[in-house]
Amino acid sequence: MGTFSRRQFLKIAGAGAAAAAVGSGLSTRWWGLDPDPIPDPGTEGDRVVPTFCELCFWKCGVLAHVRDGVVTKLTGNPDHPLSRGRLCPRGAGGTGLLYDPDRLKRPLIRVEKRGEQQFREATWEEALDFTAEKMLAVRREHGPEALALFLHGFGGSWFKHLVKAYGSLNISAPSYAQCRGPREVGFYTTFGSIIGSPERTDLENSRCITLIGSHLGENMHNTQVQELADALARGAGLVVVDPRFSVAASKATHWLPIKPGSDIALLLAWIHVILKEGLYDADYLAKHAVGLDELKKHVSDKTPEWAWTHTTIPPEKIVETARFIAGARPASVIHPGRRVTWYGDDTQRARAMAILNALLGSWGRKGGICIPSSMDIPEYPYTAYAHKPKAPADMPKGSSYPMADEVLSSGVCDATIPGTSEYDIRAWLVYGTNLVKSLPSPARVQEAIQALDFLAVVDVLPVEIAGWADVVLPECTYLERCDDVYAATYKVPFLAVRQPVVEPMFDSKPGWWIAQEIGRRIGLSDYFPWKDSTEYAMHRVHAAGYDCDDLRRTGVIVGKAPPAFEEDGLELTFGTPSGKIELYSGQLRDAGFDPLPVYTPPEEPPPGMFRMLFGRAPSHSFGRTINNRLLCEVFAENEVWVNDRICAEQGLTDGDRIMLVNQDDARSGPVRVKATRRIRPDCVYLVHGWGTKEKGLTHAYGKGASDSDLVTRFKTDPIMGGTGMNVNFVRLERV
Amino acid sequence: MTVDTKRCVGCSACVIACKTENNVPEGCYRDWVVQETSGTSPDLQLEIRSERCNHCQHPACVTACPTGASHVNEGGAVLVSAHKCSGCKACMAACPYDARFVHPDGHIDKCTFCLHRTAGGGLPACVSVCPTGALAFGDLNDPDSPVWKLLASRAYEVRHPETGLEPNLFFLE
Repeated sequence: MGTFSRRQFLKIAGAGAAAAAVGSGLSTRWWGLDPDPIPDPGTEGDRVVPTFCELCFWKCGVLAHVRDGVVTKLTGNPDHPLSRGRLCPRGAGGTGLLYDPDRLKRPLIRVEKRGEQQFREATWEEALDFTAEKMLAVRREHGPEALALFLHGFGGSWFKHLVKAYGSLNISAPSYAQCRGPREVGFYTTFGSIIGSPERTDLENSRCITLIGSHLGENMHNTQVQELADALARGAGLVVVDPRFSVAASKATHWLPIKPGSDIALLLAWIHVILKEGLYDADYLAKHAVGLDELKKHVSDKTPEWAWTHTTIPPEKIVETARFIAGARPASVIHPGRRVTWYGDDTQRARAMAILNALLGSWGRKGGICIPSSMDIPEYPYTAYAHKPKAPADMPKGSSYPMADEVLSSGVCDATIPGTSEYDIRAWLVYGTNLVKSLPSPARVQEAIQALDFLAVVDVLPVEIAGWADVVLPECTYLERCDDVYAATYKVPFLAVRQPVVEPMFDSKPGWWIAQEIGRRIGLSDYFPWKDSTEYAMHRVHAAGYDCDDLRRTGVIVGKAPPAFEEDGLELTFGTPSGKIELYSGQLRDAGFDPLPVYTPPEEPPPGMFRMLFGRAPSHSFGRTINNRLLCEVFAENEVWVNDRICAEQGLTDGDRIMLVNQDDARSGPVRVKATRRIRPDCVYLVHGWGTKEKGLTHAYGKGASDSDLVTRFKTDPIMGGTGMNVNFVRLERV
Repeated sequence: MTVDTKRCVGCSACVIACKTENNVPEGCYRDWVVQETSGTSPDLQLEIRSERCNHCQHPACVTACPTGASHVNEGGAVLVSAHKCSGCKACMAACPYDARFVHPDGHIDKCTFCLHRTAGGGLPACVSVCPTGALAFGDLNDPDSPVWKLLASRAYEVRHPETGLEPNLFFLE
């Protein structure tokens, strides 16, 4: 064979395959015969360890390839329902975190004034003793509730347990009040269930998908985007409502470049059209819902013409898209979105989206919103929590957000400023969340931090919040530790295990060990009876009757899915007071809120200013990945998206460096302009998480603009306390 | 290889997977993602393409190479033998796709279609990782291969057809 010339070979191959679409071409059959082969880079490794990702919170199954003790690459675990053998860039780029030279290496204890970043290295013994001593002092002087835990990420479970055992319920994640909270409450009050994560949408079977400001594709939650791509390939319709021509918008059947903040007007007009034209699922509503008459009355005057004046979407387009969306029901889903803390009326927007889903009959239906299940695994047995703690301090004194179903991070932060809440928070334990970037109003966060008696930070990287800490406890990365077993609530229930791929680098330690060591030092040994996290996780798996060896070998055990849809014989039930879908919410009415969503126009940007919107890039998880050198190779820093006509008016060209100055004169660092047709002229857009002021992040320092610094104002959702952050305006200033 | 521009969301997982699979040095790329906007708002179009060496049928880079380092292997993949390469960059000038770069070790480097994987029947790392299933790879002469099927059933185009190089990277529309 080696004697054939290339052209002879191609001629033969071409003759044998006359039907080939492009005539002669590449033929893999012959490969490997090359007399001068390309060397194998050898990254397949000498062993493969299944685990799951922590670069974002979708928790995809990854296979870590190791050669000579070094993780060479991460690939998708084909058996894992959340990766299906594939990964997003972050999942594939996890080695950029593991081998980040800027990682926290040893425990640090602050030596100077808080925030001045003067630390000395300490031994674990000393750092843990110091932490324990401070925690005991807080409990002695102020009671255990004066300690708050902020957390993000799967490894946070160990610290949640520690703080509960210590006696505080002030345990919160910014992923609620700063992110998905309003949608959970909006759907809960309508259907009696939250959406949860992973989202319970069944995009793979959808015939029409509607995204309200959600930028799937840029928000790269793996399976969800896989399903979106599959749905589009099958010919599903896609309606994208976004002031920005997002990647999703570019794939849409209909892109509605809505005026920011007017989504509720559009949703009410869609409901109006669907009701007026009888396009809703009457049988489904008759069986499952209450409040249709009230809804009809409520939207009778919410005509497309009315909505046009608010949204700038032409009435005929509103009618056309309403028919398009309803035409695909029940496999037509209004996606609940992810970060939905925009304007302070976000629960009501989520309610409008939930109502629309109800009219389409998509809840509990294929191609709509599934009823997920999970595998039941018993808790590891430990002593019951002894202390009966006071309620969390996350509400301002004398008021409340009655529908909040998780603790509000922003509220706990406020409670740290003396006299704000029923009692004062005096100490913070912060796990895996850079509060300086994740909470609104940087000045308020700083004021709270300065009022603290004690601040301990557990993290992998020297993020800004670590710079404010009294003690910094360096955790090892997800590739160096075992965590609790993950029992997913998903359309296919499964168990997944995170296992150490390599030994912890430097003097970093796994979170479970740090929590246990603190526990021991503050008299909570009884609460930490396990040998280590592996024993803990495997005990639970074994107690549930599953094969631990099997789980450790494959990384995942997939359970049998009970029916997730009405079509499959599932009897739909709703956890609302009426036991039905509540189009009209008596719960909200009784709590003093609008029982049906009402549209209130948002404040307009002042002349010369633009509404600042922010979102995600597929290769980054907010500020968590900005120092990942591998991921920065495809997205090195954020840019500010500015409408090209506005750029022309202001004499700006693509790539110019400008500062953003907001209504309160807060300024960003210099950031490059992306002059583009892909955004409306009344707003600008940034990818969230950049512009770090932390010099310890040597790769990310000074790159891009911080949207967080510009969120000096926010509007609180009165229903559940979410912080609407799309209410800031910026002007563009030349550097 | 085919790139489905309808499925691709431009996430760059292909780039990261390639870099880790092939130890591609920092600042160098064997594949990359291009986004091109056209039209007038609200009638905009965005084309997203995951690009790499086109492994042309008549590769200009091979013709331009004075040392024989750039060559076509038996199956048709265009390769560079690092030990024969003088790093003169003639191939880089000849390539209309800008698919080649100078490796820090001095030789020219580029996409190999992950020959070390594909020779054994595997898929290139970029195809394997792609979360949207936008990339497909296979034998263009095999009616059972995914690329054959896609090209038989979908409209497609190649980049720079005017060069007559007959590129083998097909963008499905």
